[in-house]
Order: sequence, then C-alpha cells, then structure tokens
Amino acid sequence: MTGLTFVSLYPVWPELFMVISTLMLLVIGVIKGNEFTSLLFKLCFGVVAISAIMMFGVPTEKIYALNDMFVLGRFAMFSKLAIAVAVGISLILSSRYLREEALNRFEYPILMMFATLGMFMMVSASHLLSFYIALELQSLSLYVLAAFRRRSVTSSEAGLKYFILGALSSGLILFGISLIYGFTGVLGYSDIASVVPGLEGDRLTGFLFGVMFVLSGLAFKVSAVPFHMWTPDVYEGAPTSVTAFFAMAPKLAAFAMLIRFLGGPLENLADQWQVVIIFLSVMSMAWGAFAGLAQTRIKRLLAYSSISNVGFALIGVAAATAEGYAAAMFYMVIYMITTAGIFAFVMFMRRDGRALKEISDLSGLSKTHPLMAYGFAVLMFSISGIPPLAGFFGKFFVFEVAVAEGMYALAVFGVLTSVVAAFYYLRIIKVMFFDEEEDAFDQPHSIGRKSVAVLALAFSVLFILSPLKLLETARQATQVVYVSQDTPSTSDGGNAYELENTSR
Amino acid sequence: MVDFPLLSLMTYLPLVGVFFIAMIQGDDVVKARNAKYAALYTSLFVFLLSLLMLSRFEPGNPDFQFVEKADWFGNLGISYHMGVDGISLFFIVLSAFLLPICILTSWRSITSRVKEYMIAFLVLETFMIGTFSALDAMLFYVFFEGVLIPMFLIIGVWGGPRRVYSSFKFFLYTLLGSVLMLVALLTLYTQVGTMDILELMENPVARNLQIWLFLAFFASFAVKMPMWPVHTWLPDAHVEAPTAGSVILAGVLLKMGGYGFLRFSIPMFPEATEFFTPMIFWLSVVAIIYTSLIALVQEDMKKLIAYSSVAHMGFVTLGLFTATVEGMQGGIFQMISHGLISAALFLCVGVIYDRLHTRDISQYGGIVRNMPRYATIFMIFMLASVGLPGTSGFVGEFLALLGAFQANTAVAAFAATGVILGAAYMLYLYRRVVFGPVTNNEAAAMPDVDYREMMIFIPIIALVIWLGVQPGYVLERTEPAVKQIISNYNAALVNASGPAEITSPVIEEDF
Repeated sequence: MTGLTFVSLYPVWPELFMVISTLMLLVIGVIKGNEFTSLLFKLCFGVVAISAIMMFGVPTEKIYALNDMFVLGRFAMFSKLAIAVAVGISLILSSRYLREEALNRFEYPILMMFATLGMFMMVSASHLLSFYIALELQSLSLYVLAAFRRRSVTSSEAGLKYFILGALSSGLILFGISLIYGFTGVLGYSDIASVVPGLEGDRLTGFLFGVMFVLSGLAFKVSAVPFHMWTPDVYEGAPTSVTAFFAMAPKLAAFAMLIRFLGGPLENLADQWQVVIIFLSVMSMAWGAFAGLAQTRIKRLLAYSSISNVGFALIGVAAATAEGYAAAMFYMVIYMITTAGIFAFVMFMRRDGRALKEISDLSGLSKTHPLMAYGFAVLMFSISGIPPLAGFFGKFFVFEVAVAEGMYALAVFGVLTSVVAAFYYLRIIKVMFFDEEEDAFDQPHSIGRKSVAVLALAFSVLFILSPLKLLETARQATQVVYVSQDTPSTSDGGNAYELENTSR
Repeated sequence: MVDFPLLSLMTYLPLVGVFFIAMIQGDDVVKARNAKYAALYTSLFVFLLSLLMLSRFEPGNPDFQFVEKADWFGNLGISYHMGVDGISLFFIVLSAFLLPICILTSWRSITSRVKEYMIAFLVLETFMIGTFSALDAMLFYVFFEGVLIPMFLIIGVWGGPRRVYSSFKFFLYTLLGSVLMLVALLTLYTQVGTMDILELMENPVARNLQIWLFLAFFASFAVKMPMWPVHTWLPDAHVEAPTAGSVILAGVLLKMGGYGFLRFSIPMFPEATEFFTPMIFWLSVVAIIYTSLIALVQEDMKKLIAYSSVAHMGFVTLGLFTATVEGMQGGIFQMISHGLISAALFLCVGVIYDRLHTRDISQYGGIVRNMPRYATIFMIFMLASVGLPGTSGFVGEFLALLGAFQANTAVAAFAATGVILGAAYMLYLYRRVVFGPVTNNEAAAMPDVDYREMMIFIPIIALVIWLGVQPGYVLERTEPAVKQIISNYNAALVNASGPAEITSPVIEEDF
C-alpha cells in the first residue's frame, strides 16, 4: 500500500466525489425527511453532472490506481459518460413520476446514486475482486429499487424475483472467480492475461469453467437468453421510472464490464468464448423477437424488446475485435437514448391520474395527442432499425462487424429476427394510428419528461447528419480494452483489422 | 457539370415544405387548405427543378452528371455521393411529375388529417428522389428503406377496410427483402472497402460470392418489383391504399426494384447475372402469363390493375436481363411508360371510386352515357396499357420483346402471349365498366370528370402519346448509360476465367 495519497488517487476522484456527496445527501435526506426529495433529485443530478465533468480532466492513456484494481482510460471514460447520461435522464424521469405515484421517498435518489457508483466502478474494474464488489454494490441498490413500491404485490414480487435470481447469478460469478483463482492463482486482469498463454490441459479446462460461470452471471446482468427470465416480470412490476433506469444504465455498465473482461484478459481465448456469446446472441434475438409478439402490456413488450436488442449488441461482442466492441457500445448508446425517449412517452400514458399499462390504451393516440403519437412512432421506427433514423446505424455497424468477421449466418439470422421484431413495434404504431380513438390522456405537464422525449427524438432524427462522431469515439475507446497493449512489446496479439485501424 | 447542388436541392426541398406545413396553425379547414397549397407548390417547384435538370442534362454522356460528393463517414468509405446518369434521370423526373398529381388527386378525397397526409407525401418524395440519385450504397439503402415509413402510414391511416393487414404485409415483405440486401451490401463493403457505387462496379468480387450476393439483392428487388412469386403484397397494398398511394406505388416504388437491378445486380455481379438469367427469364414469363390470367378473373378494378402491373413488370425484368441494348432500353422505357400509364389507370379508378365508393366492377356499367369524357380518357390509358402503337406502352413492350427474341426465342414467344392476354383483360374490364347495360342507377347518375380532374389527366395523356410517337427523346438519353452497362457486362464475362464452370456456391462460414 504505497503512495495512497490524494493526488495518486486522481483517477478515482469522480467516484470519491460521488461517494462523499451521496453520503452527505443521505444524511440530509435522513434529517429533512421525504418532503426534501425533489431537491435531493436536483442535487443528485448535479453530483452526476460534476462527476461526469471531472472525467474530462484525466489524460487519455490508461492509468491504474488502487493497486491495479481500478483502471481509467478512454474506454472507461466513454462508458462512464454514457452511464452518466443514462442516470441523468433517469433522475429527470423519476422525479415527477414518484410524486405522481406517491412514492416520494428520499431513499430513491440515494439508491440510484449508489447504483451509479457501482456502475462506475464496474466499468473501471480491472481485478476480479473489484469487479465483484462493484457489481454487488450496483445490484443490491437495484434490488431495493425494483421493490420500491412496497405496498404493491407486483413490485414486491419483482424485487424478490430480481433479488433471488440476481443472488444466484452473483453466486455463479463468485464461484467462477474462485475457479479462475484456483487454476491461475491470480485475480488481476493483466496478471490473468499473462498467465493465460501458459495454461494447458486440465488447468485450461478448469480456467474456462470459471470463465463460463462468470459469463453466465454477466449474461444474467445484461438479460441475455437463457438468463433473461427475470426481465419481463421485473420490467412490469417495478415502478416505471425504475424500469426506465434498468433498461438504460445497468445494461450499458454490464456490457462495458463484459467487453473489458472478454477483450482484456481473455483476448487470446476468443475462440473459446466466442461460441458462447454467439449462442447468447442468437437465443436473445430469437426469443426477444418471437416472445415479444404475444405481449399486450407495454412494459413487458419493452422487456422483450430489450432482450432482442441485447442480442444485437452481443453480435458486436461476438466479433471479438476492437471494432466489434465499439459497435456493441455504439449500439447500446443509441439504444439507451431511444429507450429514454420511449419511457418518457410511456410515462405520459396516464388517464385520471393513473398510469396505463396496456398497449391498447394507446388506441387512437394520433387523434387525441398527435404530437405524442408521431414522436412515439418515430422512436418505434428507430428502434426497429428503419433508416434514416438512429437505430438503423446501430444495427448497421453491428452487422458490419459480423460480416467483416465472416459470421454471415449470424448476420443473416440477426436481420431476419429484426424483421420479426419490427412486427411488434409496428403494432404499437398501428394501435396509435389505425385504431379508433379512446379518451384523451391527462394533459402532460412535466417539463423534464417533455425535454427527454424531445431530445431523444432529435437524436433519432438528426443522428444521420453526423453519425461519425459517436462511432469514432467508441472506436477510439475500445482500442484500449486490450490488456496486452499496456506493454507494447506484446501487442502482436491483435489481428490485421486492428493494425489497420490504429493507422487511421 | 454544375456547381449548384441541384440534386440535393430537389431531394431536400420537400422537407422544407414539410417544415412549413408542420408550422401551419389554425382551425381544421384553414389548416387543410393551406397544407394542400403548400404541398402542391413545393412539389410543383421540385418538378420545375427536375425539368431544369432534364434540360441541362448532356444526352451523349454516359457518365454521372450533377455529381455531388461530401464527407459523411470520414474515411470509412461511405460518403454522401449523388449524381444522375441516363438511367436514373427519368425516374427522378417521373417521381417529381407524379407527386403534384398525387396531391391534386387527393384534393377532395382526403378529408381527415390532411396536414399529415401532405407531410407523408412530401417525405416520400424526398426518399424517392434520393433513392434514384444516390451514388453511395449506404445512402441508397437509407433512402430505399426510408420509403417504407411514409408508405406504411399512407396505406394504414388513409387506406380502405383491410388497411392494417395490407400495410403490415407491405412493410414486412419489403423489409425482409431489404435486410437481406443489407447483409449483401455489408459483405460487398468488407470485400471492397467502400460503399461507393462507382467503385463497387469497378471491383467485381469472386464468382461464388457474386452468386450469393446476387440472390440477396434479388430478394430485395424482386419483392419491390414485384416478381412472381413474391408479388402477393402488391394487390393487397394497391386495393387498400388511397388513390394517390396507389399512384405512387405503381408509378414510382415498383420502379425502384428495376432500377436496383440496373444499378446493382447487373453491373456488380455480371457472372451471377449470367448464371441466373434463365431463371429470371422464366420467372418473368410466369409473371406475365400467370398474373395476366389472374387479372382476367378479378372483380375488383384496383386488383385487376395491380395484377396487370405485375405482368408489365415481367416485361421489364425480361428486357433488363437480356443484356442487349434493345432489351435493356425496352425495360427502362417500359418502366417509365408503366409509371405513367398505371398511375393514370389508378387515377381513373379513383375518379369513379370517389363518386360511388366501390371498386366492384359489377357495380358499374354503361357509364359511357353519362361520362363520355371519362370514357375517352379511360380508353386512351386502357389502350396504352395494352400496348397500342402510338402510345408509350407499345415502345417498351416491343423493345423488350425484341431484346428477348435475340436472347431466347422460346421465352420471347411465351412472353408475347402476354400481350394478347393483356389486351383481353383490359378490354374486358373496359367493356364491363364503360359499356354494357346500366345495372346501377347511381352509377348512371355520376357526373363526368370536372375541370380539376381534367387538369390531372391531360398532362399524362400528352406524355403518353408524346413518348409513343417520339420515344427517341428518352432513348437517346438512356442509350449511352445502357451501352456502358452492357459493354462492362460483356467485358466482365470475357474476363471471367475461361468457360463458366458452374460450381455449387459455398461461402466459408467460420465463427
């Protein structure tokens, strides 16, 4: 433990700032009580914003801290900024929703902040212990959030289900970590990377078993089939603002974690884990598309939509190249912003002060609230991947890396399931535009919700004008995922694709 | 070459119109009237610009003109690249010509959500012109697919009783074909390293890959065209779409398939084209004969014309894949001519549908007595559709068959029977609707076409006859581009190593 000074900790400053201010806010919340929640939301938003801004100050090369347990580089910054945006949007969407639903308790924003802290740490974890601790910090906060509507049976059920299955997956991960430790004797990412080439025979098999356990646990966190069972129930049962949060931030963090784990220490074992990711991807795309067809409730439908979208993003991971990881992150960011808009619209669905759940409640929306209907329709077209909207570009680059890596069958399967999934997105449009009108919704008042919806729409429509910026940023970010690149002498582990890209 | 970005202006001007229409406020009547005028003026202005483009186009030049190139995806080989050659020129003019007609024909028949309707059509115009002028495959795909959004809404919101089924079928069928094309485009992109259509044409890929890619592109264009047996979405979509929707569908959207064959399939995959030509010939023949027979027994006017479209598109694919100058010229000419004639036929149906609100042929009869002007107009288009010499329909079919005779006599002979069948179903339709005994008093009381409707029909009649007697205007402009395609095609076939050995197409798939 040398040099643990304030200055040497500078890569962790945003997190430190966050944890200190969250604890202070917790104290304020405890003292002032629930009527202070609205202000607490604003303060939390400020904390997230400041943490995000603090990240701009650090140099772009990779730096390690906390005895190599924590890493900060372009990739971590990119993911954290995306997560910060997701959290900021969730805070905006939550504040009013809690008041509407009489759930206005101060623990909510505090729990979100702890979850955010966990996600930040997840993204930066470069050691399996910090990996696990960060994951648990995030998950425990999320379990509580899922059950936040204590008096509702569905919400409690959602929380309980999420907790039990989540605990199971944490157990799997922990068991996997112990196997990895047992067969290699190390836990740090760069240590593992240096041990892996020497693994042979039984030790390699045992190590891979450990990796598979960790992967299963991570698949649970991103809700990839067959580890998706919790998703529809949790999405439906949890308060909508929590569902929105679930759909946006934790998935991004889990993806970043997955990419860092697979692309870092396991880079040279790609031929071993690729099959698993392809399996997860194919199953998620298929199940997300077909099971979604039968849904009648909007939040359940969005759960299946998220499963299928995770499947698409996993194609990028399956490619096992920096471009592939970039495409996956690019996809997740576009998906995150589109989802933010969709949830803003879902929250507009209220009649007589009560939130509506069924897709059929949207009936004839284009007559009662034309602007809302057109906005929603644009997001639906975007998420089903129709150009010229943003969602198309996400899919485009994911399929591009699949084709570039020669995974034609996967790409064809992906596009075919995207057509199946298009059916249920179209059905929402059909309900809004082609069906008879019902009573109007309550007049929307929330400025925050409106601005989220407008920003998501503007993003979806105008993304085509400069799609390169986000893609390039993602590509630069994923260049530094590889642990082997930390010591330049061993950087021949990549392939031709990577060399070509560094020359750009 | 002009410095002025004419193509981009034409493409995005309708969006400016959309912006203004979206701004319109006031009560419903005012809003509807202003929206109509705004849309009409916008589309007329775009049409004028297209005429300007036509006049500044250099006929003898086989290269792309009015080229614009701008950065889009940096150095990823995807750029904003637009341009026209003789092939795309007339499709752009056709799109710009039909749009004001669509708006005029909807003037009274559309009463609900007029503002949104006009916005949908203007957005559609952007995508249509963009599709035909894109010289970057990614850009092409964006426009090509984007068309689905407004068309889905046009059929679904303003369509007939079974509109939901039809709009879904239209959307999903076309999307399914298109996404396969997307994978093929990505494969090309990773092989050649660029999305630029001109560079893709110059760098043919290996034969086995060509065959797979051809099939994937074929999936998209054949659905769009539509070719038998993937044509079934078309009658449904036509029947349920509002008149203007049918006009655009038949007039422009179907041509995107043929245009795609000319722009992608034939120049980029010459060896695969040669390999698949017999299949396409026979599919075309089946389309011509089979759908003509189906058209004969239709009771619904729009369905009949929809099936006739499939048959006429059969001549197009037949002509394009003969890889002869006559055949290809005929295919292109047939597309332009069909774009005018079928659009006009749907307008004719629309005229009486607006009056009686049924498309059932048996509800009409003997309307020549009360609608003599209508009978004349309908007759001109009916005969043009049949291919009467002196109308544009004749030139296209004749040239396509001429090309087909050079390529494959048997196919041409079968296809020629389609001309007879075409005459049969169109004349039969005409007899049942216009002549014959009066069976429905309401039909006998319908007023004749009015001034506004005449204004819609007269330009189309003039064009159909002008193109019939003076086809050279179009043909001399398309010829250089066609000749270039054919010479590149033949050169590529000669270059292809030795006698074409047919191997089973296998792509190595490794995960």
